[in-house]
Amino acid sequence: MTVKSTARARKKAAPGVPGNLRAGTGAAPELVQLLTPEGDRVEHPDFPLTTTPEELRALYRDLVLVRRFDAEATSLQRQGELGLWASLLGQEAAQVGSGRAMRPGDYAFPTYREHGVAWCRDVDPLNLLGMFRGVNHGGWDPNEKNFHLYTIVIGAQTLHATGYAMGITKDGADDAVIAYFGDGASSQGDVNEAFTFASVYNSPVVFFCQNNQWAISEPTTNQTRIPLYRRASGFGFPGVRVDGNDVLACLAVTRWALDHARTGNGPVLIEAFTYRMGAHTTSDDPTRYRGSEETEAWKAKDPITRLKAHLEKEGLADDAFFAGVEAESDELGLRVREGVRSMPDPDPTLIFDHVYAEPHALVDEERAEYVAYAASFEGGEQN
Amino acid sequence: MADRLSIAKALNEALRKSLENDPKTLLMGEDIGKLGGVFRITDGLQKDFGEDRVIDSPLAESGIMGTAIGLALRGYRPVVEIQFDGFVYPAFDQIVSQLAKMHARSLGHVKLPITVRMPYGGGIGAVEHHSESHEAYFAHTAGLKVVTPSNAHDAHWMLRQAIASDDPVIFLEPKRRYWDKGDVGDSSDLPLHSARIVRPGTDATLIAYGPMVKVCQEAAAAAQEDGRNLEVVDLRSLTPVDFATLEESVKRTGRGIVVHEAPVFLGMGAELAARLTERCFYHLEAPVLRVGGYYAPYPPSRVEESFLPDLDRVLDAVDRALAY
Repeated sequence: MTVKSTARARKKAAPGVPGNLRAGTGAAPELVQLLTPEGDRVEHPDFPLTTTPEELRALYRDLVLVRRFDAEATSLQRQGELGLWASLLGQEAAQVGSGRAMRPGDYAFPTYREHGVAWCRDVDPLNLLGMFRGVNHGGWDPNEKNFHLYTIVIGAQTLHATGYAMGITKDGADDAVIAYFGDGASSQGDVNEAFTFASVYNSPVVFFCQNNQWAISEPTTNQTRIPLYRRASGFGFPGVRVDGNDVLACLAVTRWALDHARTGNGPVLIEAFTYRMGAHTTSDDPTRYRGSEETEAWKAKDPITRLKAHLEKEGLADDAFFAGVEAESDELGLRVREGVRSMPDPDPTLIFDHVYAEPHALVDEERAEYVAYAASFEGGEQN
Repeated sequence: MADRLSIAKALNEALRKSLENDPKTLLMGEDIGKLGGVFRITDGLQKDFGEDRVIDSPLAESGIMGTAIGLALRGYRPVVEIQFDGFVYPAFDQIVSQLAKMHARSLGHVKLPITVRMPYGGGIGAVEHHSESHEAYFAHTAGLKVVTPSNAHDAHWMLRQAIASDDPVIFLEPKRRYWDKGDVGDSSDLPLHSARIVRPGTDATLIAYGPMVKVCQEAAAAAQEDGRNLEVVDLRSLTPVDFATLEESVKRTGRGIVVHEAPVFLGMGAELAARLTERCFYHLEAPVLRVGGYYAPYPPSRVEESFLPDLDRVLDAVDRALAY
């Protein structure tokens, strides 16, 4: 009896979920913001940022083109050209801001949604579509642009990023690494192990969590009882929450974090507080688990309209500029459409290519069996 | 010029030579530094090569494996120690989904020259999770090489070759043989996937690897007293398998018996028996038989002797094969 009532009392006294964790409620007081949703520039004492009009226009261009690429891919999936697509709609600022903060020698370890980061690393957008079309599992050389292959297993890449960063320290280089992951991944053991290794070895890695509020159908409250950026303090390194729909704040905070890491101060956790405007992937139906009023509230914080408002208010871009970006976006759309439709299916012997770096008797034998089997059909047709 | 060393010491020497020869080679694992590993395989290496190359890691197997992948992506050649067989499962995703597949996923752009060392198998009276034989999980996964030596000589050259390989290698160490001594010479020209005829014979072929090779040698010696001349083949490599050597032997003797510690059901023996049946059908005098563990969790150590194949169980299988 006593035990029961104590338990009940405890439950009653337990603190509720902090307001800033509830999906859709927006900014917590500690959120770093440099550009308001209305497009007004504000200052943050810890993250000063000076930008030229050219830089602001370039960021705008990035945001628009990345969104266009994403929209095109979503359409291509609907038309049956892609098997699946993981849209980044709404997360453009988090990706472009952090991506543009990187130096050429820095290295990014993405999930499967970092199309905007890939864009900033100069990876051909068509390369990103191979996996979703089903012609390869990645296929680009990660070392060419320092952009690793997409990783689908949640959080696994945070350890690869940390190991890579450990290697940077051993080399005595001043590069840094960004590991991308989502709010759902913060629950994974690998992410927590990555935090431990990075902290213990003081590795130059920035953990960039895009908290887009939903891990498929599960809200962030199913992953954590404290704001995600505060996780870092338990591992002994700084955590910052940034407005993930504010490209300037994402740029400033990530630039600071990368410099912090590369100068021997160890890892940083950035929580980009943002929102996944679309579905988790094209196979998902978000209307089953979240209300439209929440999505509408986030629409008011759109990363592109706020930068556009800023450019217009300050007279930093004219109609010709906006029209030019629009035209470029149409060209990109066309290139992506045509590129995907003309993407050849690989030769089936791809199955056997690259399983091992060195010869492997079983793979060689099965390849020979397959080739002979396939040839028997060709022969049959001839007869 | 051969030295007489235990398997443990032969492995230690192989690690030392690999560290000497390539500054990119690193060792990572739990307790491998000052302690020299719980089995002392890395004894003295941190003292001589420093904490930067012989790295005591946090107690997190997935973390060890995942960061080793990252280090390999940066150009390093990590040799990872998993402290005991039964502790590898937390790293399973990193091994089978990441380590094994990255070369193929990148269309050959990424190589992961990582060696994962693991003591495996029973027979030392250990507690739960310290006696498992999980080779089939790893051998089943394309992209990994899986090898296991049975003696000090092989332990030395096979480990050096595993570390030199550009493919990821699961290197299984038969822990109950760590203290067995043997002559260690240089066989660095042998390909890592080659099987070895340990003892030539004419009446049946015993196929074994790792800790069971010695059991099969003892069984062959005992059978000799009964006038039975058994051939013993040490597989060494579980993927790829040197089928040419196995086929040649089984065709000659007409009988094959596969012996391993892991449960028989869906184990290495199942694969070997199936293939040998396919390829040697008209030469076989009896079905290829299997001797191994039972389909049960590895038992408490007081009954492990009943679980593990021993000389009598091998000889019993020989009797059955010869009765056809």
